[in-house]
Amino acid sequence: MSDCKNWKEMKDVGKPKKWQDVPMGGIAYGASAENVETGQWRSIRPVWNEEECISCMLCWVQCPDRSITTDENGKVTGIDYFYCKGCGICAHVCPKKAIEMRPEADFA
Amino acid sequence: MPRKEITSGNWAFAEAMRQIDPDVVAAYPITPSTDIIMKFAEFVANGKVETNFVTVESEHSAITACVTASAAGARVMTASSANGVALMHEIFPIAGCFRTPIVFGLVNRSVGAPINIHCDHSDSMGQRDLGWIHLYCEDAQEAYDSAIMAVRLSENNDVLTPVFVCQDGFITSHGFEPVEYLDDETVKNFVGEREPLNSLLDVDNPVSYGSFAMSEYYFEIKRQQIEANKKALELYDGIAKEYEAVSGRYYPMIDCYRTEDADHVIVIMSSASGAVKDVVDEMRDKGHKVGCLRIRMFRPFPKEAVAAALKGKKAVAVLDRCLSLGGTAPLVAEVRSALYASGEMIPTNSCIYGLGGRDFFPQYAEDIFMDLINGKISPEERYIGLLE
Repeated sequence: MSDCKNWKEMKDVGKPKKWQDVPMGGIAYGASAENVETGQWRSIRPVWNEEECISCMLCWVQCPDRSITTDENGKVTGIDYFYCKGCGICAHVCPKKAIEMRPEADFA
Repeated sequence: MPRKEITSGNWAFAEAMRQIDPDVVAAYPITPSTDIIMKFAEFVANGKVETNFVTVESEHSAITACVTASAAGARVMTASSANGVALMHEIFPIAGCFRTPIVFGLVNRSVGAPINIHCDHSDSMGQRDLGWIHLYCEDAQEAYDSAIMAVRLSENNDVLTPVFVCQDGFITSHGFEPVEYLDDETVKNFVGEREPLNSLLDVDNPVSYGSFAMSEYYFEIKRQQIEANKKALELYDGIAKEYEAVSGRYYPMIDCYRTEDADHVIVIMSSASGAVKDVVDEMRDKGHKVGCLRIRMFRPFPKEAVAAALKGKKAVAVLDRCLSLGGTAPLVAEVRSALYASGEMIPTNSCIYGLGGRDFFPQYAEDIFMDLINGKISPEERYIGLLE
């Protein structure tokens, strides 16, 4: 049995040192997709061109994550690279070609 | 006040479900367990339960809905048999690992092919190593009582392991016999409310189920399941004694029938043990010191209790209603292993009986005892009632 049964106890445990430290059933405590940096997976990066963008929101609708950021008026403000996996759907659906996919190596 | 009814194993299990009134039942019908769900659907339709009854398109979906409902913190029950159980196979270890309590009415039926609707234990034995508790019931009364006890065992926060409550297809599930029901209030108080850990619906303490665990932590999570099984062995008897206090019926992990001073013992599970016990009485009257050891809890296997019950016997015969093709049948493998580990080198005959619903007659039990008594002991598998 895991000694670590609830998320509050998990906070200061850090990396498990014995089997009892591992969360029961491999459950992730306190976790939600909000905290997971899926941007680490990205090999190509969407680059948003503010000049061309008409905020039609097609990219926002089609993004499989939550990577298109908007302001309070519903206008596109950019791309959240913490979440963006680089799938390229936004660039593909953009009617104004305002998003360009570029290799991550260009930004290294 | 308890009340007595003439009923079947399936209806008795369904009555336990009505009294438990689980939050969620997701099910797909298959003979011979169909009756449980049919009867329960009637309770749902007539407003006798508050259960969210989910009808799905397959057994795979049924058990998946059960696992997710349990992860959400619900009290969950279902039922199935044979190839339906086999279709659920992929999801069973997930239920075990996620530590999602489920009480499952498993009505034992042979797994096809050849297609056959009658009883053997090949369906549940195919699921024996997946992190579920297995209870095998001798009769309808025990199926009813076990359903109620299983809720407490499964949902205990040190156990959190799903439970199969097995009964023999048609023999127990469709045979009618007297069953004593507790009153609704007693059952309600006995099972109480589930207090879930890590509920998906607890939005203040969010959890994610189903995360990846590679070579770094997979083993540790399995080790926790081993611990849960140890806890189930440790806590089972307390629950059984609590149940005895409200029902007057006590179900130990192993049922030792006149074994204490016996020289020769048959080890068996489920309904056929009734015939063996009858034969034990008859042979005792003739002066033979024989007994019957019925294994009720197969997972976790109470190996120390089994070894202790068989200690010092001259010979035992273990009767499996299931094959392990190309290997050693499940029950005899467990019993021999338990004996070896305890240093008891007792000669053990392995007998296969009742496959696909083949009748098991009292005469067979007598013949098996006489072989033990006459020293006809050999390592090869014997086939009881086979045309040969």
